[in-house]
Amino acid sequence: MTATLVKEASPPAVNMADRRRRARRRGRIIALVFVLPALLLLGALVVYPVVFSVGRSFFDASGSRFVGGDNYTEMFRDPATLKAVRNSAIWVVVAPTLLTGLGLVLAVLVEKIRWATAFKLLLFMPMAVSFLAAGIIFRLAYDEDPDKGVLNAAVVGVHDAFEGTSSYPTARARDGRGLTKGADGSYRTTASASPGHTVGLGLVGVLPKDLPKDAKPAYAAAGQQAARDELRGVVYLDFTPGGGGKEGRVDRGESGLPEVKVEAARDGKTVASTTTAADGSFHFSGLDPGSYTVRLPASNFSPPYEGVSWLGPALVTPAIIGAYLWIWTGFAMVLIGAGLAALPRDALEAARMDGANEWQIFRRITVPLLAPVLTVVFVTLVINVMKVFDLVYIIAPGPVQEDATVLATQMWLVSFGGGNNQGLGSALGVLLLLLVVPAMVFNVRRFRRSQR
Amino acid sequence: MNALRRGLGNGLVQAFLVIVGLVWVTPLAGLFLSSMRSAQDTAEGGWWTVLTSPGQLSFDNYSALLGNAGMTRAFWNTVLISVPATVLVVVIAALAGYAFAWLEFPFRDTIFLVVVALLVVPVQIGLLPVAKLFGALGLFGTIPGVVLFHVAYGLPFAIFLLRNYFAEMPKEMLEAARMDGGGEWRIFTQLVLPVGRPAIASLAIFQFLWVWNDMLVALLFADSSSQPLTVELQSQIRQFGSNIDVLAPGAFLSLIVPVMVFFAFQRHFVQGVMAGSVK
Repeated sequence: MTATLVKEASPPAVNMADRRRRARRRGRIIALVFVLPALLLLGALVVYPVVFSVGRSFFDASGSRFVGGDNYTEMFRDPATLKAVRNSAIWVVVAPTLLTGLGLVLAVLVEKIRWATAFKLLLFMPMAVSFLAAGIIFRLAYDEDPDKGVLNAAVVGVHDAFEGTSSYPTARARDGRGLTKGADGSYRTTASASPGHTVGLGLVGVLPKDLPKDAKPAYAAAGQQAARDELRGVVYLDFTPGGGGKEGRVDRGESGLPEVKVEAARDGKTVASTTTAADGSFHFSGLDPGSYTVRLPASNFSPPYEGVSWLGPALVTPAIIGAYLWIWTGFAMVLIGAGLAALPRDALEAARMDGANEWQIFRRITVPLLAPVLTVVFVTLVINVMKVFDLVYIIAPGPVQEDATVLATQMWLVSFGGGNNQGLGSALGVLLLLLVVPAMVFNVRRFRRSQR
Repeated sequence: MNALRRGLGNGLVQAFLVIVGLVWVTPLAGLFLSSMRSAQDTAEGGWWTVLTSPGQLSFDNYSALLGNAGMTRAFWNTVLISVPATVLVVVIAALAGYAFAWLEFPFRDTIFLVVVALLVVPVQIGLLPVAKLFGALGLFGTIPGVVLFHVAYGLPFAIFLLRNYFAEMPKEMLEAARMDGGGEWRIFTQLVLPVGRPAIASLAIFQFLWVWNDMLVALLFADSSSQPLTVELQSQIRQFGSNIDVLAPGAFLSLIVPVMVFFAFQRHFVQGVMAGSVK
């Protein structure tokens, strides 16, 4: 380009050519002034570090000894680093796939509603939120205690709605006071009871918070006479507040235990079941004569369901990917939505005229036509997922860090976070770079094509 | 029949999207409500108990935050890092973008391809070498150090975006300006910058957001007196659970600025993030 300019300029007048050359030199100097700050910064802080890291990755931890490719083989031998490689692989496969799928579905559905703009804004907004803030948001949401983490509160709520809650997880019977413990955690009367009897089933160890507010004293109910075909009884807290009561007997002031499931069994078979009233009383009526045992099934005493350990070693990576979805779904949806808006309307209309249903249109027309956009979204997400750092660093609790670690966090830990092995750290950095090289090539190619 | 089915289908779609919307709002609402509850209330029950006893809500945590010297300094550090890092990237990239688009100099196109290639270089690879370099220059642990690092790693995308935008300008426009005897500097300030305003706005928003939200770079390059809000909060994450009355308002303070930028400049914001996502 410069050569042709010179040739054109030289023949006619030396004076003219001289002026042009001077102007060109001035132009070059100006151009240099314009690009110099950028080139200096890029050279010193981006290009030089890449070269340095590649070199450094062939030296040992302290940088004094050349070790060849040892750091790179170490990467796949050291269990912690290997874990990071594996987790990164999971991230790179799962997160972009879910995001592209979710983005596609939402982009198609959101077209059908009138409040589409509001919905898109809402889902896109997390892109403005830092990974740190998102990390804190989800650390809160994933909290294991159902009284803190909203997710476990929901899980426990759903579980208890279907399975029921046990009323007295800590209750037990005193030894030798008429109740025998079964292998499954249930209690049954040691002596048998017949219709016409009234039995007292005393329990202890009920925490004050577990005792319902509407519980009433059991004394009156314990004294009630049973009818001839009736088995009566009372489940009570065998403990007099302030002391003074006698073990194994219903004293005045001792509380009944409401909502306890009680079963009457005969020859090992349950024949009737009921639940205690506010004063702890229960009765089975219409029983055949004979001897029965009264049972308190184990479900009365089972420990409460605590929900899912989201941030435990097993689920921590899926949980963090969930937080990542919260941040990036809006991006995928908006980008795919833009592609959707650019689809040829007549192709869709023609299919509709031919009687294709929405699913067929989606499957046979929308998705194939959108393939290029979906690829761009997917590739973009892969590049970004590879570098995920803050979310893992913040959400995974200290003891679980090593189960959640990915390449970027591992690189940090190895280089600066106590590992202090800058050789291995550099190698991990280079690996990260190598993994995005395909994207680099893709960018350069696409750019050169666009210039032609 | 068909209309009925379509109506029903639409109802289902609406219901589904309402649920998705709720799923998106809930975690954020959780943070916000948690940020306004006392430590004691937080220990006793989840933030959703606010729905039945709204008396728990107060701004006490926020006033405590304003009285917390570490937090307020961290907030100003965030501003002192984000604003210069954004302005510098815009200025340097605009100059370079114009040169790459319209000025002649040796190896111009090759150098630009290198810039395109640098687009995807992960920040991680620069941490260690630049830390050593800054250590030697006395920049390690200072705000200017953090700013310079952000500027350098923001430049490839910034130059790429602006160069491509400037290159779309009609050639005649520039030639006319040159004929009128305008120097390059005048052309740049009076013509190129005004024409490039939309791209510059998107770039500025994206870069501001990127730097404001950064934790990794500042975690390494900032010391305790120059650390931004993200690092200050990160340093307290170890006690998570007992300090939600500090973490939650802090996190909310750190996210409210970008979210306001988002709502104020929706269009530029979306364009900036879309274009910048290739990074």
